[in-house]
Amino acid sequence: MEHVDSQSRKTRKFWNEDRKEAFSAYLYVSPFFILFAVFGLFPILFSFYLGFQKWDGLGEMEYVGLQNFEWILTDPIFWKSLSNTLIMWVLGTIPQLILGIILAYALNSALIKMKSIFRVSIFMPYVTSTVAVAIVFGVMFNSQDFGLMNIIIGWFGVDPLSWTTSEWGVKLAISTMVFWRWVGYNTIIYLAGLQGIPNELYEASDIDGATVRQKIQYVTIPMLRPIIILTVFTSTIGALQLFTEPLIYIGRSYREEGITVVLYLYREAFANLAFGPASAAAIILFVIIIIISSINVFVANRIGR
Amino acid sequence: MSTQASMKTKNTMEKGFIYLILAVAAILSIFPFYWMFVMATNHNSVINSVPPAFIPGAELVANFKNVINTIDFFGAMWNSLLVSTITTIGVLFLCSLAGFAFAKLKFKGKNFLFIAILVTMMIPPQLGLIPQYIIVTKLDWLNDLKAIIFPGLIDAFGIFWMRQYISSNVPDELVDAAKIDGCTNFRVYWNIAIPVIIPAFATLAIIRFMYIWNDFLWPLVVLREESSYTIQVALRGLIDNYVRDNGMIMSGTFWATVPLIIIFLLLNRLFISSLTEGAVKS
Repeated sequence: MEHVDSQSRKTRKFWNEDRKEAFSAYLYVSPFFILFAVFGLFPILFSFYLGFQKWDGLGEMEYVGLQNFEWILTDPIFWKSLSNTLIMWVLGTIPQLILGIILAYALNSALIKMKSIFRVSIFMPYVTSTVAVAIVFGVMFNSQDFGLMNIIIGWFGVDPLSWTTSEWGVKLAISTMVFWRWVGYNTIIYLAGLQGIPNELYEASDIDGATVRQKIQYVTIPMLRPIIILTVFTSTIGALQLFTEPLIYIGRSYREEGITVVLYLYREAFANLAFGPASAAAIILFVIIIIISSINVFVANRIGR
Repeated sequence: MSTQASMKTKNTMEKGFIYLILAVAAILSIFPFYWMFVMATNHNSVINSVPPAFIPGAELVANFKNVINTIDFFGAMWNSLLVSTITTIGVLFLCSLAGFAFAKLKFKGKNFLFIAILVTMMIPPQLGLIPQYIIVTKLDWLNDLKAIIFPGLIDAFGIFWMRQYISSNVPDELVDAAKIDGCTNFRVYWNIAIPVIIPAFATLAIIRFMYIWNDFLWPLVVLREESSYTIQVALRGLIDNYVRDNGMIMSGTFWATVPLIIIFLLLNRLFISSLTEGAVKS
């Protein structure tokens, strides 16, 4: 009895154990929320505000209603940047994911030795910084006759191309950079997925007399589905934010053939000091990402049935 | 007998085909590194001839001297190292502390706060770019590495990762026992959780270090003076010249890439599992 009494007297004190624990917990999680409030949440809210203002970063802000959005949405270069981004998304992402699956399959084969050497070499591009990749491939895809790509296509009897200034040359060069850096990364992710498929499933389908194609169709692909969805999702979001490769490759010219949405946003903000339209562009990009992500989720759910 | 033989040839063919695919992929993955080295060791005039050099030359030192004369290479490498290391250590501490709170402590609004953290992962970083720049200007952090470090400490994934790891690897009984012995919450975190989560630290450290080391857009926006450049921003200075000296450009890029590649080759298993595990688990 006495014991219970002292216990209850204790809980009446302000600093009881539960309070102490909760206080510690709030203290431990607070750095994230404080930093996020300053460098995350506030900037995002302020972006939505800025989208309706005219401002060069120095003078007075002026409310302009939807003018910035109107301005962006009637700017042919914005639409060009959007279509470029989408084209390079397709060019860079789809071959990358398909090849990733093929390579993962090859690496998972029981017949292969020296797996770790192949794994390490295929993964190495991912450790290289995007800037370095863009510089190296930029030199390969230069428009001069001595550019490596021009020499390679020359072996097949094709005349040297002006990669940096042609509509498809720029996109092909930039997509190649993305492709090269990310194939290995996705390969390893698929490999992890393949290794997670229990062998019994294959053995069972063997007993049922399934062919290799049937095994891939009815065992591998369904089991790999969540990982395929994940990689499509992440590479899509990455592709929509493409910035470094085009900036390094086409430089300060912001050439129309290679400008992407984020590059357009960067140019508006930091070259033209048009913070209002740049914020409007950021909001539009955000909406586009939400729409495309929702489509992704929707399609993933449909296939998932 | 004959079916066995045909099975065998089929297997050999399949094997050959798989090796061929992997070999081509490996060569295409490695070739740019080799080619970077070839150009870093050749004079620009040799590079810019038809056909260009395909074997390493003797200009290794000369090209690198040109790099040093064009950009502050070592200063930028140092800045990158400083920023990446400080941010990584900070992230390890803050994320494990927050992860510990979410995994082992009881408090009101725990689930709500945790979901809020997960939601922040969905927001594209460019959305707040301009106001972030304005905040940095107001704080007078332009050209200051603090502008990279502090926002870099925000790592929702890290908190998520640490929470998962602590939940499943630090036994509740141990935590309770320590508390009965009168340990403070911080002591429990420091003496019981930390030793257990070292492997998770390695993973998170690699992910975070690589992320900060390779980051480009944000440093480009807030670091305007050469003395504050990280290596990624400094490398851009190499290609911004009027005269394009490809030997020099590749030399700078090569030497900026080599340190990470060496670390990767030494710790390749840890690197590969860390960088991909994170993606799969989340």
